[in-house]
Amino acid sequence: MDFEYQIEGGDFTNAGATSSAVKKILKQLGVNPEIIKRTVVALYEAEVNIVAHAYRGSIIVNLEDHKISIKLIDEGPGIEDIEKAMEQGYSTASQKVREMGFGAGMGFSNMKTNTDSLIVNSSPGIGTTVEIINYF
Amino acid sequence: MTQVESFHHALKFKYDLCIGCSHCTGVCPTGAIHVEEGKPILDSNRCIDCGRCYLACPVSAIYIEQDDFQTIYNYKFPILLLPSIFSAQFPERINQRAILSAIYHLGFKYVYEVEKSIDVLKDAMIHAITDDNKEKPVISTYCPAIVRLIQVKFPSLVNNLLLVKPPLDLTSLYIKKAFIEQGIAEEDIGIFYVSPCAAKIAAIKSPVGDKKSHINGVINMNFFYNKVFRIIKQGIYELRKEESDFDSLSRNNLLWSLTEGEINLLPEGRNLAIDEVHNVSDFLEKIENEDITDIDFLELRACDESCAGGILCPGNRFLIAERQKKRAKKSNHRVSKKENELLKYKDYLLDHIGVGKVLPRSMDKLDDDISVAMRKMKKSFELNSYLPQVDCRICGYQTCKDLSDAIANNQADLKQCIFIQRILEQTDKLTQAEAIKINKQIWGDKKFDKNTLKGMNLE
Repeated sequence: MDFEYQIEGGDFTNAGATSSAVKKILKQLGVNPEIIKRTVVALYEAEVNIVAHAYRGSIIVNLEDHKISIKLIDEGPGIEDIEKAMEQGYSTASQKVREMGFGAGMGFSNMKTNTDSLIVNSSPGIGTTVEIINYF
Repeated sequence: MTQVESFHHALKFKYDLCIGCSHCTGVCPTGAIHVEEGKPILDSNRCIDCGRCYLACPVSAIYIEQDDFQTIYNYKFPILLLPSIFSAQFPERINQRAILSAIYHLGFKYVYEVEKSIDVLKDAMIHAITDDNKEKPVISTYCPAIVRLIQVKFPSLVNNLLLVKPPLDLTSLYIKKAFIEQGIAEEDIGIFYVSPCAAKIAAIKSPVGDKKSHINGVINMNFFYNKVFRIIKQGIYELRKEESDFDSLSRNNLLWSLTEGEINLLPEGRNLAIDEVHNVSDFLEKIENEDITDIDFLELRACDESCAGGILCPGNRFLIAERQKKRAKKSNHRVSKKENELLKYKDYLLDHIGVGKVLPRSMDKLDDDISVAMRKMKKSFELNSYLPQVDCRICGYQTCKDLSDAIANNQADLKQCIFIQRILEQTDKLTQAEAIKINKQIWGDKKFDKNTLKGMNLE
């Protein structure tokens, strides 16, 4: 079963809408609450990344009996050094932004701890693709 | 285990009074009611006893079960356990002494206010909140409708629930203990609770996460108010002289059942108070997504204005809250007061303050088997795409989505949708007679009786 959602860059008011929709679906399927939570937290993080950094993006959710895979494809600046970005505490945010409480560099590491598989691909200047897989 | 069985509900339908208007269906925060043959059908596993339906019913066809008042006379020591907001139901000109005297006139030997035990509860609360191992935000279990809402709609948050007894259970535990210590036989003690809502009654009859209640009987607050008010009006009571128990509550105790009553007792931190069940649902949705984080404690109440807005409160919730706050203010000024004798039992109560784990009981799932659930969901999504999204309830369900879920579960038919009916009629796939038959199955024969409009000028 597939679902598709569209995300607008910069639209913070609606960031989290996809996570909520996916959560409702997983609840209806009777997926273990702990796995729902992990999936939703990781997805929310990824969704906000698109809103914060990209111009626009789409989220494709695929459900099978034993797993959920979510592909987030955005058009945006991309990530120069993915390995570095995955490190806990790494952030491109300026000191000023950090002082305001954003850009703590926890995004990817938070996603990593909440997923069974996390794959990030990026072409600088074109966009980023994030794939999240969790098993039920 | 009580949690695996279906919930006990205090809300019941009087089918003979019901006019089949489905207002109850519309307001239910968990979509627990649908209509068949003109009558509401309650999904017992979804209902959380919040009582929105009770308030919405235009013909009072929903009632809240209570115990027979006469049973108080079966006990040598009938004891009344009263939420402190009871006296705030009365207009200002009726004083506390008169209310208490009228209660004794009814036959009660002792009267206690529920919030007596909050001084003990407060310590346990603070202890739990400051425990680093406890999942944050800690969610209050004071409102039993909220506990059930979390079990049903937010199962991933059950571990956040604060597992301590509510004041009602602590105070009744104290009463029992104190009376037995005085040499009174347990079977002679009858503790009766006046409830401001259906949820507390349901929680007494089938406690969540706990074995049994010490309450011997429940009386609805509006019923009790009428009884007491009548005695006061008739002036048939004897005005008591001794200082009443009503005075012994502190300011904090009196404010407890109002919105922010819990968070005002807590040390500095990020503590939020939210009232009204739909507001609570919206907020928990965000908590569950971790869209809102770093909150220490959540005080959540199902009724607007918390217990002042209890569905069985006869007074206006804003006036009740105002009166209660006034009483609290006065209580703060009186410095030396009767000691709260419950505090002598503090250690005993703290030893017994814990309750069992609250289990999730998600009622959203379409099937126990995930692949079947997925098939049903696929079907439901497809069906829903044909529905008008008007949520008109003519099909008998709260929303178009609920109808499509019901069809996917083989509990309903797409032709129940009035829009689908019209479409099918245009292509001769459904006759008018068939459509009327379907509508009668949902709403009963009477609502579609062609003789209803006889004699009416339709020009």
